[in-house]
Amino acid sequence: MSLTDWLSTPENWVFLVIALPMLAAAVKLVTTTNVVHAALYLVVTLAASAAVLLLLGAEFVAWTVVLVSIGAVVVLFLFGIMITRAPMGREATLSHPRSVKLAAAAVSFALFALIGGAAVDAFTSQPLTEPADATRTGALGEVLFTRFVIPFEVVSVLLLAALIGGIVLARRDPGETAGGGL
Amino acid sequence: MTLVDYLPIALMIILAVGFCVVMLLLSWRVGPRNPTPEKLAPYECGIVPLQDPVERFPVKFYMVAMLFVIFDVELIFLFAWAVNFESFGWAGIGAMAIFVALLVETLVYVWKRGALDWNVARRLRNRRVVAPDPAEKAA
Amino acid sequence: MNFWLELLLKLALILAVMLPGALVVIFGELKISAHMQSRIGPYFAGGRYGWAQPLADGLKFMQKEDLVPAAADSMVFRLAPYIVLMGTLATYVIIPFGPDLVVENLDLGLFYLLAVSSLTTLGVLMAGWSSGNKYSMIGGLRAAAQLIAYELPLVLAAVAVAVQAGTLSLNGIVASQAETVFTIGGFDVALPFVLKGQIIGFLIFVTAGLAELSRIPFDMPIAESELTMGYLTEYSGLRFTMFFLGEYAGMVAMAAIVSTLFLGGYYLPFVDADLLNVVGPLVLVAKVGLMCFLFIWIRWTFPRLREDQLQTLAWRWLIPAALVNIMLTGIAKVVL
Repeated sequence: MSLTDWLSTPENWVFLVIALPMLAAAVKLVTTTNVVHAALYLVVTLAASAAVLLLLGAEFVAWTVVLVSIGAVVVLFLFGIMITRAPMGREATLSHPRSVKLAAAAVSFALFALIGGAAVDAFTSQPLTEPADATRTGALGEVLFTRFVIPFEVVSVLLLAALIGGIVLARRDPGETAGGGL
Repeated sequence: MTLVDYLPIALMIILAVGFCVVMLLLSWRVGPRNPTPEKLAPYECGIVPLQDPVERFPVKFYMVAMLFVIFDVELIFLFAWAVNFESFGWAGIGAMAIFVALLVETLVYVWKRGALDWNVARRLRNRRVVAPDPAEKAA
Repeated sequence: MNFWLELLLKLALILAVMLPGALVVIFGELKISAHMQSRIGPYFAGGRYGWAQPLADGLKFMQKEDLVPAAADSMVFRLAPYIVLMGTLATYVIIPFGPDLVVENLDLGLFYLLAVSSLTTLGVLMAGWSSGNKYSMIGGLRAAAQLIAYELPLVLAAVAVAVQAGTLSLNGIVASQAETVFTIGGFDVALPFVLKGQIIGFLIFVTAGLAELSRIPFDMPIAESELTMGYLTEYSGLRFTMFFLGEYAGMVAMAAIVSTLFLGGYYLPFVDADLLNVVGPLVLVAKVGLMCFLFIWIRWTFPRLREDQLQTLAWRWLIPAALVNIMLTGIAKVVL
């Protein structure tokens, strides 16, 4: 496919409109020296990825990203930052020496190559087929509750374990110290 | 075609932002602009602020957020179940009952562990009034 | 071209109904609160009944200085009101005013609604942190903790409705409340969900909805007596107005959602579908007005809950009750 072909499809223009700000926000996310700003750039990146998922027709997954990643996980990050230090302005400890930066860049490029390569290898150039039935969410539920019903139950055990781990880390037993457990 | 479906939403967001920007521009024209150091200081009902708001906050806020993430993930599955509810019947009810039971177990664990007690400090204080610490009594 | 024209007309209609709707609710709040306290309330702007008071307030706010405190993080501070207002206004798009009078009938309507409204939490946290004021910070954290704690019972109550209706589309939910339940003397009687087994869900939804709006029994985040104005402390002029408008627009949106999910939405019995496109908006507006009156009434009836009581109510009572409600709805649906 040539570049002019690629540009003649309207979807690709929409993709560019979404992907370029996403890329910019992702770069700012790792380069900014303010933790709260980094979390907010993460919101932009996640919102753009939700938009890309909408573009692919995966509505349910797209809104899941908004509900869970933006509405819950980023809020958890912000809570974590705010109850500890809530630094306003720049923070010196966030800038690392050059060697660390280079190593981080190398690792992230390797990861990008791995995931991107795997995705390209798995789908090559075959176009995505639209499912026949109208509600794709229905199809998702169908698969989840028939073929993947055991993993689905295991997920809830995993969530339970995650929560117990979190509570053990964040909280002392009430008897451990005099005024503890606040 | 899902993209067309979301066009109104994109337009609505643009309209909402546009509305705000126009209002702010109007206000910029009409309103005064005369900032003084006193006006720009943090508002604390007239008292001069003594410290920056960089204190540490109770960890219970974080516990709430953590619990919320767990439950939020479970909600996604509930929605996937609710859409196709008709076709699952009793099997679906059973699968979801186990899932919800584990969810409730999470809640009960958190509850018993005391992460939902927002008033532990006060309760401990009250208990000490009733029965003083033996070590303290000896001293 | 026709498509664009229709779309723009629908959006214009929604904005023309909902934004003045927010102003009407503000006026209602001023006047009804006044009468509940044996006061007259506004009586100056706009003749004897003071109907122009919200507009006068808006114009007054516009002439105020738009201050960004020196200690504030200016970018985040300026951005926060947009996020809050965006999360509220985006919910308007999918509320059905009639069988065909809906801007967008999404298959995933309900899910979209909940996803978008979770953005408000983010806006509130941004406002609280960026103000550089300790009251704002505490207020923002409290508000966010409250919003997320009550989002769960809200969503769980909505899931029970989705189970009973068998769809997430808001039009579909209204349509399933228009189905005939029984027939008396030749008349087909349809019942809204609140009378069709979702009474517990309705109570949970309204309680959680009040908390999501931070309205009085749940107004801990902006408790004036201890936090000045919570996360709004440093906002002035039109930025404050944006939060204020967002709050009341959110109240209208919440009332519309409650009406759609539990009270039958635009549906009126014995009216056929074509006429319903005309009558529907009026029916919905009447129900929204009723819900808003209820919200205001509750405000002057109950005292404010303390932070720990607030969290206890959500986690120990509402969430377990909502989970039980979902399972009961599911079982009832399979058995019947």
